Amino acid sequence: MGKVSVVPFGPQHPVLPEPIHLDLVLEDEKVIEAVPSIGFVHRGLESLIVKKDYNEMVYVAERTCGICSFGHGMGYVEAVEKIMNVEIPARARYLRTIWMELSRMHSHLLWLGLLADAFGYESLFYHCWRIREQVLDMIEESTGGRVIFSVNKVGGVMKDIDAQMLGRFVEKLGDVEEQICAIRKNFLGDRTVQMRLCGVGVLTKKQAHDLGCAGPFGRASGIATDMRIRGYGAYADLDFEPIIRTDGDSYARCACRIDELLQSIDLIRQAAAKIPAGDLSVPVKGNPDGEYFMRIEQPRGEAVYYVKGSGKPYLNRLRIRTPTFANLAGLCETLKGADYADVPILVLTIDPCISCTER
Amino acid sequence: MSTILNFTGTLLKNLVSKPVTKNYPEEPAVYPERSRGHIVIDVDQCISCGLCVRSCPPRCIKVDKNEGTWTINRFDCIACGYCASKCPKKCLSLVPGYQKPGRSKAAVTYKKSAEVMEAERKRAEEMAQRKAAAVKAAREKKAAAQTGGQAAGAAAQVQAAQAQAAAPVKAPSENQ
Repeated sequence: MGKVSVVPFGPQHPVLPEPIHLDLVLEDEKVIEAVPSIGFVHRGLESLIVKKDYNEMVYVAERTCGICSFGHGMGYVEAVEKIMNVEIPARARYLRTIWMELSRMHSHLLWLGLLADAFGYESLFYHCWRIREQVLDMIEESTGGRVIFSVNKVGGVMKDIDAQMLGRFVEKLGDVEEQICAIRKNFLGDRTVQMRLCGVGVLTKKQAHDLGCAGPFGRASGIATDMRIRGYGAYADLDFEPIIRTDGDSYARCACRIDELLQSIDLIRQAAAKIPAGDLSVPVKGNPDGEYFMRIEQPRGEAVYYVKGSGKPYLNRLRIRTPTFANLAGLCETLKGADYADVPILVLTIDPCISCTER
Repeated sequence: MSTILNFTGTLLKNLVSKPVTKNYPEEPAVYPERSRGHIVIDVDQCISCGLCVRSCPPRCIKVDKNEGTWTINRFDCIACGYCASKCPKKCLSLVPGYQKPGRSKAAVTYKKSAEVMEAERKRAEEMAQRKAAAVKAAREKKAAAQTGGQAAGAAAQVQAAQAQAAAPVKAPSENQ
């Protein structure tokens, strides 16, 4: 047995855009245990629910995270709509779905870039973000913001994507798809990349299930967990299958996310072909009275929104459970037995979003 | 299947193609029409109702009705546009162009023009006069109604008494 030592990892670390601290218990070069600690960026967003009225809270909910902001707004708004029994127009449901998928694309492309950076492939990192920029431009053109969309409101959406703009987006997504197919080869076909990812941080299906892993992290271990199957938004009208890999290693997680990018493009195409004409929102009267538990699929996995109101403009409770929170347990399991040099990549493969987690 | 050097094609293409980034700030940034850059106010249209103050999530707007000012701390503003959607006069709007960085979180104050303030003052005076007149008229009407009501009541009493007096006389005649 080698010498046991504890090495701190984070909260400031080159692979981490956000602060998380891990105490890595090492035996020589092997990690035998990882103890996470979070709480560096807690902002108390959930408690603001008692100070802001339920319409104003949409903007606060969106700012839970800087990457999956649209999903947070959408999850909160749909929960409130369900409490108030508001049926939103079909066009609004489709528009939300399109924006959600654009947001998934920009999140996954960001992650692919960070992964490339983590395994030392700088030019691939820049290339991923170059592709992401086109998606961000589409988001900015249609919503007015690059990362914070602010288009949701209780009762529908505030902005429209007209047929001309949508046609342009679909055309542009054709180019993006080509570029993604090209980087797919770089990520999945390159020998150097395979050497860094294949067989690193294996999480079996049973482990992933027991630890409650969500999103692409769980799907890469063979768990068919995708909340879009529930059919919120316009997903019920669209044809898709969750992308599942069974290897459970870092390579599978990377493959899962790249294939989801292509799936998102396909979903946007389907939505653009089926989107009905009509109003963007319905007027909403009264205050929410009741509670609802909304589950949506964020780019990083299943996010849960619990909203409770008592007939007043100020709600009683908002609880957000983010996918990273669910995946931290899985991360600590994958770190056990990993090489110290692989720790940054493993931390990255859960797509950590710490600000989300701490809210 | 694994290959090596499969990024080389992209790399060579990138070497000969134009850069995707812009030479900002020499080349100015182009914002789309819907870009939520900053809030502008047509302050002369503002009625100082304060709905924007109450709806603003970061509470960065202040309104002073007496002074006729509208103040915003642009460094706190999150450009969500909720104030613009609440404004009853539609005098707030989000336009492209982001807030420039600064050394301190200075607030910007917009003041209504002297003519508008004067016109508003006159209108307020007029309203006050009209209100006073209306109150006075209402009071007079009430007083008149009270005195008139008393007179009417007396008349009614007299009539009732007459009817009572007449009834016993009339009733037997009807029976006969």
